[in-house]
Amino acid sequence: MTTLTADDTRVPVHPADPAAGLQPRLALRTTLSHTCTMAWRALKKMRRNPEQFMDVTLQPLLFTAMFAYVFGGAISGDVSDYLPALIPGMLAMGSLTACMATGVQLREDMDKGVFDRFRSLPIARIAPLAGPMVADLVRYALAGSLTFIMGAIMGYRPAGGFGGSIAAIGLVMVCGWSMAWIFTWIGTWARSASSVQGVSMMFLFPLTFLSNAFVPADTLPDWLHAFANVNPVSHVVTATRSLANQGAVTAEVGWSLLACAVVVAIFAPLSVRSYKRSM
Amino acid sequence: MNQTPIPTNAPHHTGDDRPDEVAVAATGLVKVFGDNRAVDNIDLDVRRGEIYGVLGPNGAGKTTTLKMLATLLHLDGGEASIFGVDVRRDPHMIRQLIGVTGQYASVDENLTARENLWLFGRLMDLSSQESKRRAMELLEQFGLQEAANRPISAFSGGMRRRLDLAASLITRPPLIFLDEPTTGLDPRTRGQMWRTIRDLVTDGCTVLLTTQYLDEADQLADRIAVIDRGRMVAEGTPDQLKNSVGQSSLHLQVSERDRIGRAATLIEQVLGSVPVLDPEAGSITAPLDNTVRTADVLIALRDADICVASVAMHKPTLDEVFLALTGHATDEGSPKADETDYEELEVAR
Repeated sequence: MTTLTADDTRVPVHPADPAAGLQPRLALRTTLSHTCTMAWRALKKMRRNPEQFMDVTLQPLLFTAMFAYVFGGAISGDVSDYLPALIPGMLAMGSLTACMATGVQLREDMDKGVFDRFRSLPIARIAPLAGPMVADLVRYALAGSLTFIMGAIMGYRPAGGFGGSIAAIGLVMVCGWSMAWIFTWIGTWARSASSVQGVSMMFLFPLTFLSNAFVPADTLPDWLHAFANVNPVSHVVTATRSLANQGAVTAEVGWSLLACAVVVAIFAPLSVRSYKRSM
Repeated sequence: MNQTPIPTNAPHHTGDDRPDEVAVAATGLVKVFGDNRAVDNIDLDVRRGEIYGVLGPNGAGKTTTLKMLATLLHLDGGEASIFGVDVRRDPHMIRQLIGVTGQYASVDENLTARENLWLFGRLMDLSSQESKRRAMELLEQFGLQEAANRPISAFSGGMRRRLDLAASLITRPPLIFLDEPTTGLDPRTRGQMWRTIRDLVTDGCTVLLTTQYLDEADQLADRIAVIDRGRMVAEGTPDQLKNSVGQSSLHLQVSERDRIGRAATLIEQVLGSVPVLDPEAGSITAPLDNTVRTADVLIALRDADICVASVAMHKPTLDEVFLALTGHATDEGSPKADETDYEELEVAR
């Protein structure tokens, strides 16, 4: 078959061998660019569906006020004395709820036709998952700032100052983003968006309430105290408190960040694998 | 044989199997869902520059076959390559060679038409500027300029399909997969879609499409594979396929039953083939290889003073093609299809 002749040129638009010059692998730079494009898509989507912001706007405002006025007197004797303990706790709870929505929305999105096209394109497999997560940083930032603003309105003056508050918000953003990989992973294998919600709630409630987020852990019965002490949420809350209330970067901050790294290292590859297999 | 000419815009293939002429080569494709063999040992060989039609009823395995070739489903068995690239081993390279337009519009509902095309351009590694330019070009080519900034939710079915196809063409892939490109479209939009698909081939693309409509396959495809219950039951040009099924037929009923014999003789003289009689109903059925001859038959009958009560022409339908090829009707709407078969087909969808 070496006698190929001039009639190979009769297809003008496509070269004689369309398979020549194909990229066998994706470069890291391309992966990042695909992720950014996907993040752009997610941001557009957020802007056109503002009701998606309910959980990161109304919830921090309402829950912060509710918890402060309902539990403040009982736990700390006074609402304003409770705020330094409560606000970091609310911060953690806010970012956890926000990252649960990541999984629910991914599941909804994956059921749509456009995901079929994403799968058929030569793009990084992680981009359709990571893109929305990058965009979700906006949501965590919003939830965190609103919690602080609500606290400030009620009289919270963080001793860590502005820098400490920003660092506290930054920390819960990182934690929320890392935890979101767990919910993204659930999103890739769950049957429907509502089942993602159900499964996620099962994790979320025990994790936030069986911790030191809203009450001093030493008031809990021994067995629960033990659980609250190992609960990662407690560590994040303690780290956030030290940043906001003392402006101090404690070992808890380091442990929290390490835990985040571990979560991402486990669940990001799991998610991509499960997403690939769902085809 | 005096065949009705069918329009094809196909370049004629000489049938040589030089490797560089092959766009899709698949052997023994198998896909199993549970106990159901949705695709059961299908071979395909699509040549460069042709439109290849995969014809079959709902649940026959058309979409599954296409999805396997497009790397959207794993191959449970068999081998497939596209322009010599192995589907199983190099899915990432395959994705650079194909454009896929699904049965349901696979564009983003939250974005406008222009934003959709820009998004897919960026994902195909065009620069932002290039993506913008290409989006404008495609919107113009597909007559969607005026709708460019409207959200997709305001689009009609036909506009969505066109946008969907446009999105598959951003990087001008050499092979396009079209899954039921006109299902659910009105006749006018359908005709537009057909023209667009023909233009693709003029530009040098190869097209692999699935359809449930015989006339669509007939109009567009250079070669057709008929698929039923996951198996290929026939393959050939539209002409070959129709010949295997039989041609159009003429049904008529004479008013005076006792003159049916005379009428049959006249029809035989005009058409040159022996009609089938049903003296009880006074009806005559005759194979018709050229529909224009119907008028000749009617004139001959009038000249002989035979009154005709009703006349009808029948083209072979997909049901008849299936009946002829498989010995059973398409499962859809067939009262004889037993329940277990039907359930299996449901699973395949």
